[in-house]
Amino acid sequence: MSNYTTFNRNEEFFVDMQRCIGCKACEMACAECETNGHDSMIHVNYVERSTTIQTTVQVCMHCEDPVCANVCPADAISKDEFGIVHTANTERCIGCSNCVMACPFGVPKKIEEYDLMMKCTMCYDRTSVGKKPMCATVCPSGALFYGTKEEIKEMRPNSSPVNTFVFGKEVVNTKVNIMMPKGSTELIIY
Amino acid sequence: MAKLPVSIDKIIEQFGPSLNYAPKDGFTGRDEPDEVVNTHCCFCGMQCGIKLLVKENKVVGFDPWMEFPFNEGRLCPKGVQRYLQNNHPDRILNPLQRVEGKGFEPISWDSAMDKTITEIKRIQEKYGKDAFSMLSGVSLTNEKSYLVGKFARVALKTKNLDYNGRLCMVSAGAGNKKAFGLDRASNNYSDLEYAEVIIVAGANISETFPTLTHWIWKARDRGAKLIVIDPRVIPLARTADIHLDVKPGTDSALYGAMLKYLVDNDMLDHDFIDNYTSGFQDTIDAVKDYTLEWAEEITGIQKEKIKAAAELWGKAKTSFLLHARGIEHHSKGVDNVLGCINLVLATGRIGKPYCGYGTITGQGNGQGGREHGHKCDQLPGNRDIENPEHRKYISEVWGIDEKDLPGKGLSAYEIIEAIHRGEIKGLLSICFNPLVSLPNSNYVREALEKLEYYVCIDFFLNETARHADIILAGSLQEEEEGTTTSAEGRVIRIRQAVTPPGDARTDTSIILELAERLGVKDKFTYDNSETIFNELRVASKGGTADYYGITYKRIEDNMGVFWPCPSEDHPGTPRLWEDKKFKTPDGKAHFNPAPYKLPGEVTDEAYPITLTTGRVVSQYLSGTQTRRIGKLVDQFPEPLLEIHPEMAEKYNIKQRELVKVSTRRGEGIFPANIVETIRKDTVFIPYHWPGQKSANLLTPGTLDPISKIPEFKVSACKLEPLNEIAPLGTESKAYASI
Ligand code: SF4
Ligand code: SF4
Ligand code: SF4
Repeated sequence: MSNYTTFNRNEEFFVDMQRCIGCKACEMACAECETNGHDSMIHVNYVERSTTIQTTVQVCMHCEDPVCANVCPADAISKDEFGIVHTANTERCIGCSNCVMACPFGVPKKIEEYDLMMKCTMCYDRTSVGKKPMCATVCPSGALFYGTKEEIKEMRPNSSPVNTFVFGKEVVNTKVNIMMPKGSTELIIY
Repeated sequence: MAKLPVSIDKIIEQFGPSLNYAPKDGFTGRDEPDEVVNTHCCFCGMQCGIKLLVKENKVVGFDPWMEFPFNEGRLCPKGVQRYLQNNHPDRILNPLQRVEGKGFEPISWDSAMDKTITEIKRIQEKYGKDAFSMLSGVSLTNEKSYLVGKFARVALKTKNLDYNGRLCMVSAGAGNKKAFGLDRASNNYSDLEYAEVIIVAGANISETFPTLTHWIWKARDRGAKLIVIDPRVIPLARTADIHLDVKPGTDSALYGAMLKYLVDNDMLDHDFIDNYTSGFQDTIDAVKDYTLEWAEEITGIQKEKIKAAAELWGKAKTSFLLHARGIEHHSKGVDNVLGCINLVLATGRIGKPYCGYGTITGQGNGQGGREHGHKCDQLPGNRDIENPEHRKYISEVWGIDEKDLPGKGLSAYEIIEAIHRGEIKGLLSICFNPLVSLPNSNYVREALEKLEYYVCIDFFLNETARHADIILAGSLQEEEEGTTTSAEGRVIRIRQAVTPPGDARTDTSIILELAERLGVKDKFTYDNSETIFNELRVASKGGTADYYGITYKRIEDNMGVFWPCPSEDHPGTPRLWEDKKFKTPDGKAHFNPAPYKLPGEVTDEAYPITLTTGRVVSQYLSGTQTRRIGKLVDQFPEPLLEIHPEMAEKYNIKQRELVKVSTRRGEGIFPANIVETIRKDTVFIPYHWPGQKSANLLTPGTLDPISKIPEFKVSACKLEPLNEIAPLGTESKAYASI
């Protein structure tokens, strides 16, 4: 199938938590995708509403070496040639939740109703035909952006995209970038 | 008329609000759409571009409209979910009549119209023309606003017509007229991007106009400094350089002190003030005693912060000042607005690139809807109904004798007061839900119960419509062609995507038939919306809101045209005042003294706490539409009382404990949400809900003397914890309540 896609290899996903206003347009738009069974694959959380209005948004980071896929005993999770880590293959997924436990970003969700792991596929139904992912398109504040490195450089001169995450000794590189203060190269998560 | 025909529960059972989570035939039924229609969101004044997916005459989904220049595909949750109002199970599909003891029953269009016309005639013959009134709304397109204005004056021949913009930004409109002679935000929002300083005053942009946030963040990316003035730490304030947590009702003291600081430190644009403005001396005389210390005392903001804000504002080369209901919903809303405008004029930062000023309209057509004459004191083109020349011009356009054109009528809340007094006996409303949106709801309900006849054009049976005698099943925004004008002043095209379902009709055809039956068919001959628009263009010609040069085709070709646009070869005016020729009688921008006055109600021993109100991101105005969409309701199922931990401790209130909030007007019960993001002396309740959960049970009917806007933003209240923890929001009956 991939021969027929018009997936743009230069476009990437950028997340800027500073901008998120917690409106949940992304969650609602994600659930509009035909492929998700109308569940949202992106999650917005308040850090602590009693003391702050800071929210965070968690989208699948599409790791270069996806732990979720590596730990899957049924080989249900695949990464494609564009670097997209797909939702579990319905026929193979045994609903064991290994991936849910293993993902350093806490992304895959076991949907009990279908006994299946589901996660963001970077809107493959849209991106494969040259459109942008639903969540990034609607995000009213620009906290989510899908486009080229050049565009983001021009748009956000005071920030740098970072896609290297350090978890203790573990270094994880991802297809999705987080916007950090200018000059940052990695995000160390304790 | 009068009391409800059956219990509220019974009405709710039949007409909702019930929650819609999926398109009519489910998600699976939507496959490939038959048609994709480029139109605009039906909610706030941003009027975001959106594509509606249509299948078998139903709106089944949406797709982002990436090419539309303001929002480039971006939408807030309301925009994402709006398609679910189409083919909603609560939709009114036939005309209905009230039957005592039974509720609302379908009747034929013919009988509904007959009854309505008979009652209008009866009331007007018995009590005079003005005893029949009309209330309109600014979710209506420009065409419908124009039509309503003409219908009330030419067909109903009543002076008592007003609109729900009266609850929205009329203070800004009045302030704009005084200062500039024209009522529109001065710039398109792309001017924000390179502004050095942005002041956002009383505008919870991230929750009420979310897609505008992007433009502010864009400016921040370019190094802009952000000053947020709000009693709450709204999401936009999170990264602000300065957050001024003003005590509700004291805004003008803050602007006055800032102005004095600019004067004392000579941060003024003398050239601009001398050559292009008037009234400067009187204005600064009015604030000569407004020291930082004084302002700290009144506003509750530390003087260092006020000084820092004045310094930032004073020294900038480019700037933008935006405000919304937070400063407008006051008994001195006009003064607050003028206080802001004075800061803009003193620094001369208007009519230049990346410099601007404006109010943000809350309702979809808050801008256009205030120009075409469905205000009590206004004729199309923003003309003055009391001005003999203006009257003459419009009478000619309408083909009537000027002496038959009614004069200035009562404003929205005053109409309710006149109903109370028994002076007004009949009401026709369209697209307005006063029982939820006006202040002092108990009083509004009593007024509705006194009406001899109430007819309502609407698509859902909102809380006010439950009191109607006849309901004429009208249309949603996506069911008619038309135009709206966004908060930036951009006139855009609303596309018809589907036709009204069942026996419902377009609002336009309903009004035209009423006009015909009132015997003035010859004055209302239109083939379609475009012919109404073309008459509107002529009616607006030469007025301050001049649409004459705007055509449907030009809007389409350019994705919108900014008014004023006086001729077809005029490019439109995204940025006003570049020529420094203001529309005031002397051609100058006017400074206006805006001295600080007390709010209509101040706290005292009996009611020691300030209550203020506002919105949440997933709901729109009185909730007629959004309280029917499942996910929007789930996101914020009920109004919460925001309260600071220190106040919560003082009154021994726990998280989610039910609290009785009382004012001199009424009481409501709300679960507490203890947050540090609010002033310690102020509580906040969002206002989108009816009945026991209505913030407007509590708010006062004090009006601004000039704009007649009610003072929603300041009430004195008291709190009593009820010793009961509220069940989780989605389990409480919030959305099915009265
Ligand atoms: S990229 Fe698509 S699938 Fe992934 S979270 Fe965003 S909307 Fe959902
Ligand atoms: S749409 Fe954007 S701003 Fe809104 S919650 Fe999602 S990431 Fe945050
Ligand atoms: S409600 Fe306002 S911000 Fe949200 S999508 Fe509609 S027009 Fe845009």
